[in-house]
Amino acid sequence: MTSKDNWKIWEVFVRSKNGISHKHVGSLHAPDAEIALKNARDVYTRRSEGISIWVVPSDSITASRPDDKEPLFTPSDDKVYRHPTFYEIPDEIGHM
Amino acid sequence: MSKEEIMNLEERFNRYVAEENKVEPKDWMPEKYRKTLIRQISQHAHSEVVGMLPEANWITRAPSLRRKVALLAKVQDEAGHGLYLYSAAETLGADRQQLIEDLLSGKAKYSSIFNYPTPTWADMGAIGWLVDGAAIANQVMLCRTSYGPYARAMVRICKEESFHQRQGYEIMMALAAGTPTQKKMAQDALNRWWWPSLMMFGPTDDNSPNSAQSMKWRIKRKSNDELRQEFIDKTVPQAEFIGLTIPDPDLKWNDESGHYDFGEINWDEFYNVIKGNGKCNKQRLDARNKAHDEGKWIREAANAYAEKQAKRREQSSSVA
Repeated sequence: MTSKDNWKIWEVFVRSKNGISHKHVGSLHAPDAEIALKNARDVYTRRSEGISIWVVPSDSITASRPDDKEPLFTPSDDKVYRHPTFYEIPDEIGHM
Repeated sequence: MSKEEIMNLEERFNRYVAEENKVEPKDWMPEKYRKTLIRQISQHAHSEVVGMLPEANWITRAPSLRRKVALLAKVQDEAGHGLYLYSAAETLGADRQQLIEDLLSGKAKYSSIFNYPTPTWADMGAIGWLVDGAAIANQVMLCRTSYGPYARAMVRICKEESFHQRQGYEIMMALAAGTPTQKKMAQDALNRWWWPSLMMFGPTDDNSPNSAQSMKWRIKRKSNDELRQEFIDKTVPQAEFIGLTIPDPDLKWNDESGHYDFGEINWDEFYNVIKGNGKCNKQRLDARNKAHDEGKWIREAANAYAEKQAKRREQSSSVA
């Protein structure tokens, strides 16, 4: 096997139907975007799972690190005033 | 990291999975957890890939177009399942190329069941019904495994496997209701596949040294013996329904336990096939290598095409 056979990894996103956003379904290897799209069709939509596919080179994705979970996400935990239930509205007003 | 720090991390990890939390690719995990998963997931992937071979044998000889399209779709699913699983193994840092080389060289293991031959059409029925049935029991459990990408691949696989088992049982049903010769063929396939299917769940719990750790890490959720018993309890009535006999004189319903009692499994045979002495070990690996070699030109063509397209894009952008 040559190193050329070591095709890069593509992440696959599928939209199941219009009105719903594309969702990550998995990954695959392909030498270019066009073949990645064809392979994604064969691998991830054999049973009408989707009507639209995105393929994205895995190395184009920048991800947050698990270690950053606290500084990134915990500050919002104590901001209860961002939620509607923080505000007291009399029952007579009904749904608001 | 000091030894103590690692110990603390491990303790936290053990607690985390014990509380039914999922582990994702970039999370810290014990090296042994990672290695166990890579081994298990890649063996699982290899099994899907090699699992295509005993059935491929019958695609051109399927008795009707209906049976043929079903078998083709099933074999294509198995290729897909192999791919989902290789992808899951890669999220743990495994190298796809290396995994494939290990399969081709014979270094990696795959499920021993695929080293049994498929001499008759009824074997397609027995494989779908029993082999896929046993695989489903294991895979349904793995939908709740602690490693996120593996669990998600399993959910997808389980959705597709159910068709595999139903098409297999339908084949057996048709043969069992056919001429005496056809029924005999179905019974013969059941006789040959029953015991190897029970072996698919692995050694008994007291002979399965890695099981305890896997259970602790929530990689496995049920023991080999539990899964095997579940499979037997489910399958015996299915055999009775179509008038076939399970080839086990010791098989009988136990009112007290609420399960079937069954006879002794021939573990010598199991270990012998694992060691490479099954009927088809060599044939399967040869076939896999041949397919890989014969696919070389298409990999090369794909590379050449990708290069040509890239060059064209470059040229047209420099002109513009």
